[in-house]
Amino acid sequence: MPTTVQTPEHVERTSVLRHSLLVRITHWLTFIAFIALLITGIEILISHPRFYWGETGNVNTPAAFTFHIPSSRDSVPTGYGYVLPDQNGWSRYLHFEAAWLLVLTGAVYLIYLLATGHLRRNLFPTREQRSLRAYTTRIAQYVRFKKSAADELHTYNVLQRTSYLVVIFFLFPLIIWTGLAMSPAFTAAFPFTSSLLGGRQSARTIHLFVTIALVLFLIIHITMVALTGFRARMRAITLGSSRPNEPELTPEELP
Amino acid sequence: MNPITRRKLITTGTVAVAGATGLAAAARIAERYGLIPPDHGTLYGAGETLTYACQRVLTAHRPMREFPRSMISTPFVSPYGKLPPAFSASQANHFTDWRLVVDGLVTHPLSLSIADLRALAVRSQITEIACEEGWSYIAEWIGTPLSAVLREAGAIPQARYVAYFCIQHGLWDSVDIEEANHPGTLLTWGMNGGDLPVDYGAPLRLRVPRQIGYKSLKFLTRITVADSLKDFGKGLGSSSPEDGYAWYAGI
Repeated sequence: MPTTVQTPEHVERTSVLRHSLLVRITHWLTFIAFIALLITGIEILISHPRFYWGETGNVNTPAAFTFHIPSSRDSVPTGYGYVLPDQNGWSRYLHFEAAWLLVLTGAVYLIYLLATGHLRRNLFPTREQRSLRAYTTRIAQYVRFKKSAADELHTYNVLQRTSYLVVIFFLFPLIIWTGLAMSPAFTAAFPFTSSLLGGRQSARTIHLFVTIALVLFLIIHITMVALTGFRARMRAITLGSSRPNEPELTPEELP
Repeated sequence: MNPITRRKLITTGTVAVAGATGLAAAARIAERYGLIPPDHGTLYGAGETLTYACQRVLTAHRPMREFPRSMISTPFVSPYGKLPPAFSASQANHFTDWRLVVDGLVTHPLSLSIADLRALAVRSQITEIACEEGWSYIAEWIGTPLSAVLREAGAIPQARYVAYFCIQHGLWDSVDIEEANHPGTLLTWGMNGGDLPVDYGAPLRLRVPRQIGYKSLKFLTRITVADSLKDFGKGLGSSSPEDGYAWYAGI
């Protein structure tokens, strides 16, 4: 629910608190961790751009699919006459460190979601949103590039709520699980975490698919931010508030 | 912006002091229980320490992941550098003169031939070797548990690490004593029912099945029991961190 904060010095300059301090901090920590994981993940992928299904797979076994890109190791035949610089060392170090940042930030955010009612209030679809019609109406609106009504300014619509729930409760847990399912020590202690996914190589392949899904989410997320007023949105998620008379603040929801 | 109040200052100060004290206490406990990896001093030290400490606590007394014989799969040779003339000389003798030196914090330093190892104990395991690049295969590995050799040599109770060296100059690694004594940690001289082929590390390779493939060093010549890794190489635990790779490879 939006709160109107009136500072004693400038009563006339009311501002709308859009994101709490905890949401703002966890949002940007997640962003930093995700970008670090993405860059280092791509570096690690380049050392073996072949993907398999099942427990095992290597150059001597058939691949499920292959990225036709040059590799950073000469142990993979790529068809290119050169090998890219090997960046796996720091990439692996940073990948696992950023993974910790993501997991710990996510844990704090989850506690906040459940403890404050943020989840029920702002992320679960409201009673009137829980219908197929609510989805189709909203999709039609997006397709026609129509702005939302002014009274929807301070709440997430059903598509936003659904995509946030999918990212928080499906994609992020799945990418952590598939990551752990590639750890020989972790799977030694908990073998079912790997076998439930179909094996180590299946886990690696799913890890890639979930990454692609998260990157698609990121692209749409940033596009919506840009379309609905980049500066106002950035101020809201960084400083917490945006001024109601902000010229860029057109009647559109929070991205 | 709100002005900084005295209450805010006191609260922030108290939280900061409590946090710093808590971190210092956590660091001392982690050090006491051997949960800090030797390469913790880098930019990535926080992540490495969290990973190593958590995986040690969760997995120290757990078995390894083993597979049925039907899952043995097509292997792949991980590239290795040039081998010195001493290797070819021993290979010409079918490795009968190859020795594994066991020294450091042991009551009986040893020099063992492959035949000595075979006589000591024989175990086999069907485990997966996974390279940090992403590929993997499952094979049957036959050898002598490192724990049997450590018992034979009489590793003293102060031992915390086992460093291991190969015939290739500058290439060495180490594991903590729990990993060294784990039944899966195998001084391997056989593979898939036969002798270990040279490409896979003959005559002797240390298999560490609960860590990524690069810990499974080929062409093993020496193991040294130690209470600290500070005096080995640059003190980072193995040659891997010197090349930018993590010492602990359980992930």
